[in-house]
Amino acid sequence: MPDFVQLFIALVVAAITYGTPLLFGTLGEILTEKSGNLNLGVEGIMFMGGALGLGGVFYYEKAVSVPNGILAVLIGMVCAFIAGAIASLIFSFITITLRANQNVTGLALAIFGTGIGQFAGEYMRIQEGGYISISNELKVFFINSPFPQALQDLPYVGNILFGNSIFFYLGILLAVAMFLYFGRSRSGLHLRAVGESPATADAAGISVTRYKYLATVIGGGISAIGGMVYITTIAGCVWNHEGLSGVGWLAVALVIFCLWRPLNAIWGSVLFGALMILYLRLALPFIPTQLYKILPYVVTVIVLIFSSMRNNKEKQPPASLGLSYFREDR
Amino acid sequence: METVCAIEMRNITKRFGSVTANDHINFRLNRGEILALLGENGSGKTTLMNMLSGIYFPDEGEIFVNGKPVSIRSPKDAYDNGIGMIHQHYKLVDVFTAAENIVLGLHESGRLDIKAVNEKVRAICEKYGFDIDPTQKIYDMSVSQKQTVEIVKVLYRGADILILDEPTAVLTPQETEKLFSILRSMKADGKAIVIITHKLHEVMELSDRVAVLRKGASIGTVATCETSPQALTDMMVGHAVTLNIQRPQYEHPEKRLELQGITCFDAEGVKKLDDVSFTAMGGEILGIAGIAGSGQKELLEAIAGLYPVASGSIRYSPAGREPSDLVGKTPMQIKKAGVAMAFVPEDRLGMGLVGSMGMTGNMMLRSWRKGKGAFVNSRDPNELARQVWKELDVVTPSTEFPVRRMSGGNVQKVLVGREIASAPSVLMTAYAVRGLDINTSYTIYNLLTEQKMKGVAVIFVGEDLDVLLELCDRILVLCGGKVSGVVDGRTASKEEIGLLMTRVGGKEAE
Repeated sequence: MPDFVQLFIALVVAAITYGTPLLFGTLGEILTEKSGNLNLGVEGIMFMGGALGLGGVFYYEKAVSVPNGILAVLIGMVCAFIAGAIASLIFSFITITLRANQNVTGLALAIFGTGIGQFAGEYMRIQEGGYISISNELKVFFINSPFPQALQDLPYVGNILFGNSIFFYLGILLAVAMFLYFGRSRSGLHLRAVGESPATADAAGISVTRYKYLATVIGGGISAIGGMVYITTIAGCVWNHEGLSGVGWLAVALVIFCLWRPLNAIWGSVLFGALMILYLRLALPFIPTQLYKILPYVVTVIVLIFSSMRNNKEKQPPASLGLSYFREDR
Repeated sequence: METVCAIEMRNITKRFGSVTANDHINFRLNRGEILALLGENGSGKTTLMNMLSGIYFPDEGEIFVNGKPVSIRSPKDAYDNGIGMIHQHYKLVDVFTAAENIVLGLHESGRLDIKAVNEKVRAICEKYGFDIDPTQKIYDMSVSQKQTVEIVKVLYRGADILILDEPTAVLTPQETEKLFSILRSMKADGKAIVIITHKLHEVMELSDRVAVLRKGASIGTVATCETSPQALTDMMVGHAVTLNIQRPQYEHPEKRLELQGITCFDAEGVKKLDDVSFTAMGGEILGIAGIAGSGQKELLEAIAGLYPVASGSIRYSPAGREPSDLVGKTPMQIKKAGVAMAFVPEDRLGMGLVGSMGMTGNMMLRSWRKGKGAFVNSRDPNELARQVWKELDVVTPSTEFPVRRMSGGNVQKVLVGREIASAPSVLMTAYAVRGLDINTSYTIYNLLTEQKMKGVAVIFVGEDLDVLLELCDRILVLCGGKVSGVVDGRTASKEEIGLLMTRVGGKEAE
């Protein structure tokens, strides 16, 4: 294999690794935003998911003598999901029931969640007197591919298609499931109606409040799994209070980039993952790394410009995004 | 013929805070009839019907459907009882297809089979003679098509009691005629229909009985064939209003605004105004008629400097001053020169008023530049607000009460009142009386006539042809962005204008 092909494959594989947490963060936020709720607290939610997901796996390993790898992955996901769901429940209560401004609440949640995540991580570290880390035997279940080595060894495509962590494949399944849900199911149609025009949905007998709560809470849970995925696959299964910063904001940007479509999130997150690591892989000496790091945001801005220049109704955000709904308002 | 009662409402009361919107109302609707619900703005018509459609829940009273007492707590309950309401503002999701909108909210078992839905929708359309494509997206549809989707939606759910809230407000005469024939065929099918309307001639033409509300109380129900527009107006407003709009002749009309070949394009490059030329005289009311979206809005905005003019000139000759060309001037300069615009959009608040501010704040939007130094002068706007409040009978607790929370008609009074108060030399109004009751409409007509007699050139974009014919000195008809004709308001007939509205120059053969 020529050198540049190897370099390219390595870049793609790394991009997928970095893109996977984004994929979960983005898919969760897409679900939330489809209901018309703009939850800007993804950053905080992913922090909480990261700290508590890792904590869950750590204490599970500590509690049993022979930990089961698959169970550990599940526990990590469930713990992260619950953490994110609780954070989103707070957001939902404040914005849906009390009808507070979503932007303000979301920003507050970003700060709050970051704090809670850091606190939980540090607290566990001090309690345990050292690093919160998962043993190497268990790590492989988080990091290594679930496919047999023979598939991964296929020339050229093997590593890209079959060499990624289990979370990437779960993310793709989730994206496809969400695509089918939005486009084909009755409940998905209702959810989109709630996000587009809650008054219409309400008049049609759809419970706006229930859909908004469920979408936001489940969406928050999915986003939080992204935080756990980041900690376990990229940050080396060790709690590091700086590791996650910025990932949640990228996920929010990625939702716009994907035009609120789950299938776009798959390649979008890989692209953003590539942009995130470009400064490590393709460093040009005269460009400071900070410029590289803003690339994802620059791309988002460009997409925003193009999607709003032509007034294409199909490529717009859910029409009532960010607005709270009150039936007797005019 | 024996009448079967579809709905009966007994002693219904609904309060919003300290305001009683419906006060012990009794209401009865029979099968196989069209009942018109008539009343001034804020008389509680929509509120009453919203309690049938599950949007509001009555504070007191009982509702019977087919003789059985029911509790309607949500729109779903309403559908379960066979009641479907077509709201004034269509409740449709723009990015969905007609069929998707129609099945929205239905909890049928099994997975969503959109093809089967399309077929069922087509079958309903065939039965009643609707003309819509179930796979078309809503944002591609005309207003009348959207309304059709709403009606099909209700029928799809098996509703046999239909409530239409001001269904003709946005339709052309031809579309209205089509709607009426559909309603008649549904009536013949045994359905019970309520239409909420202000337009007396529609009541007379379509309905079997009329129920009249006034200030939240029911005044009475009469058979349409036994009443007259005059009697209904009396019931509605409580005292007789002259049906004739005064139209004095101004002595010395002079050219005020001369448009030459104005052409405009929108952001997508679509021609919105095509070679529009006309003259507006000081001391006359120039009516502008046309189907919604024929370029009325663009025309007014082009004059006000808010819409880019691609070619043409607007010659403005204020009394006793040098004429000038308005094209290329900023809205602020044009406003200063004495051109005022009161545009009442469909949502009433969109242009011109800030919903969360009170009357005073909104008056200030016109005058904030006048104050000296860094502070705004709030005394004069406050005085003006009080004046508008008193003269136009605006119903609001105070001048600081947010206009967003006033009823639609009152919001409009604030908007029009403010524009008139700025003493312009050209006054443009669009849909100034949209949704207003007769009494308030007349107040506004008189205000406009008063302005005309002061030598102001008034441009009045209206929807109701009867009003245009009675109020305006001349009527300009727009069709697809072109001027299709200018007629004399005193001699023209309604049919003549209706024809011009649909055919450019009245020449194109159908």
